[in-house]
Amino acid sequence: MTSTEKNRGNLEIIKKEKERWTNEIVKKSLERVPERKRVFKNLSNININSLYTPDDIKNMDYIKDLGFPGEYPYTRAAQPTSYRARFWTMRQFAGLGDAKETNQRFKYLIANGQTGLSVAFHLPTIYGYESSSPMSSGEVGKEGVAIDTLTDMEQLFDGIDLSKISTSMTINAPASILLCMYLAVGEKQGVPMEKLTGTIQNDILKEYQAQKSYIFPPEPSMRLIVDTIEFCTKNVPKWNTISISGYHIREAGSTAVQELAFTLANGLAYVEAGIERGLNVDEFAPRLSHFFNSHNNFFEEIAKYRAARRIWAKHLREDYGAKDPKSWRLRFHTQTAGVSLTAKEPYNNVIRVTLQALAAVLGGTQSLHTNSFDEALALPSEEAVRIALRTQQIIAEESGAADVIDPLGGSYYVEALTNKMEEECEKYFAKIKKMGKGSILKGSIVGVKNNFYQREIANASYQFQRELEAKEQIQVGVNKYIFEGKVIEPPELIKISDEVSKEQIKNLNDVKAQRDEALAQKCLEKIKEIAQGTENLIPYILDAVKAYCSVGEIIGVLRKIFTVYREESIF
Amino acid sequence: MEKNIRCIVAKPGLDGHDRGAKVISRGLRDAGLEVIYTGLHQTADDIVESVVQEDPDVLLLSILSGAHTILFPEIMKKFKEEGINDVLILGGGIIPDEDIAKMKEVGISEIFGPGTKIQEIVDYIKSHLKR
Repeated sequence: MTSTEKNRGNLEIIKKEKERWTNEIVKKSLERVPERKRVFKNLSNININSLYTPDDIKNMDYIKDLGFPGEYPYTRAAQPTSYRARFWTMRQFAGLGDAKETNQRFKYLIANGQTGLSVAFHLPTIYGYESSSPMSSGEVGKEGVAIDTLTDMEQLFDGIDLSKISTSMTINAPASILLCMYLAVGEKQGVPMEKLTGTIQNDILKEYQAQKSYIFPPEPSMRLIVDTIEFCTKNVPKWNTISISGYHIREAGSTAVQELAFTLANGLAYVEAGIERGLNVDEFAPRLSHFFNSHNNFFEEIAKYRAARRIWAKHLREDYGAKDPKSWRLRFHTQTAGVSLTAKEPYNNVIRVTLQALAAVLGGTQSLHTNSFDEALALPSEEAVRIALRTQQIIAEESGAADVIDPLGGSYYVEALTNKMEEECEKYFAKIKKMGKGSILKGSIVGVKNNFYQREIANASYQFQRELEAKEQIQVGVNKYIFEGKVIEPPELIKISDEVSKEQIKNLNDVKAQRDEALAQKCLEKIKEIAQGTENLIPYILDAVKAYCSVGEIIGVLRKIFTVYREESIF
Repeated sequence: MEKNIRCIVAKPGLDGHDRGAKVISRGLRDAGLEVIYTGLHQTADDIVESVVQEDPDVLLLSILSGAHTILFPEIMKKFKEEGINDVLILGGGIIPDEDIAKMKEVGISEIFGPGTKIQEIVDYIKSHLKR
């Protein structure tokens, strides 16, 4: 008997035995005590069985579908040694008030063992307005750090050696400008571009779909992204040019499957856009990175990360002809789910974050942000952010979870769910491709314009809210186990004073008064001219930031050429 | 027959967190109320203009960025200037407890934070209409 025949024979026995067990043992037990719910399902509405056996993964081929860590199809891990060589990068997203205050927070995090930086910008920077604009009223320094000009950026990284730490910047429509500011700060510190490491989010498609911090229409936005890719490929080779993000799609209310499918489809759209520009896929695909959410359903999240690696590898190799294994390999950052945090009994959030962080680690994340327990109330306090960082350190150093690569690989449940996530994701790919008449890039843009994504996400988030109100979804302390007594409040909540705005506007005016005005205007004129053609804009943006033009000024010029995008507001 | 209640849901400021605003818009509509959702990035002038044109019974404002300290009072000031005082105005989002009293002082009738059930808002609206 060959081993295949033996396996098949075994499967038959397992199948029969399971039937017997179900009909005799389980049935009797259920007559005494029925199951807690009529249907068990995860957050993607996938029905979950009571037990998984080899029969559920009978078509799985170990070498083809799982393989080995650091090798195609990367299901088990992106790196051959995973966390046995190096833990994931512990990277807390931070930005509050002005550059000086955020610089202090960065140093506090580094002093406490953080290994990477992650910048949260305030909304005026994200939308390309100066702090002094009427549109910035009330927003300065509130949801992130206020950055207007290179002077702020110099202050932000003051005393931090950019040759020794990598920085991730959550910035999209103005990503190229903030990247240029970072390059300029590097230059001032004596760190050449080719040595700088980090990431810009630079993922505009999910902005239209979910987070909504777009400025220009999709077409010029895609041009800016490809300009950045092209520039970095030649000049900043260690930079991750896009962080293709599912985080915000999930926070806006999507399911895990939608997060997976829309994110990877957006990624493939950027790959198509790069190829369309005439770039070789293997020149730029290795520098595309991903960013996922880690939500409450533990195994669903782990299956999502494993599926993501396999799907990306397959499509890059099979559909886009990538030959370099680095192009096939999906690397990702994870942030625990902000939306899962509760304002009631805020200390419970520490436990939610721990479970979500553990899922990300078991799913093989390359870097991780753990939310602070007070974030349903305010920006995180130092105490809260330290506990969040400690959560990662405890998982890394004490739990043993990082000692074996992909420890859940081979679990009948996790493998079956990984397969199911992939299958559901491919269904969405087919829909998107159909909208684009064969092109994922075109399908993504059509889908944005006809509200396909927005509707899918709004439907899922509304369904979740209904289930929450019907107590089909439970939030401990909110719709079950409600505590009526007095809760210990977090010791301090961060409050950004409206004074920050006055100070920031004064600094911006000072910088403008001191700069070479003629040079600044010349740089802005040049951007205006280049924006109207097809030449790569990045070198001109770099000149402008070095001449201390503000984010608001540069975006202001581009707004006139590219126009602004208005979405149709559906709910 | 019960009077048709007309609502505007608006997002002032720059923050793009529209999940809550959309869920509430849909929930109010499913509860039988008429809902107009303005979309994102509404200035105080935009909001006052919508209210003048649409003549709603209720205005629901959502901010999650912390800009409510400036924007809610700014919007309320404009309403006063326009002499609009028969619209029930509600707020939602991440509004710290210590700010709630101040928001009520400028004329926001109630603030609904995270964890609020849609039915609570519906009930509140039905019992607090100003006309």
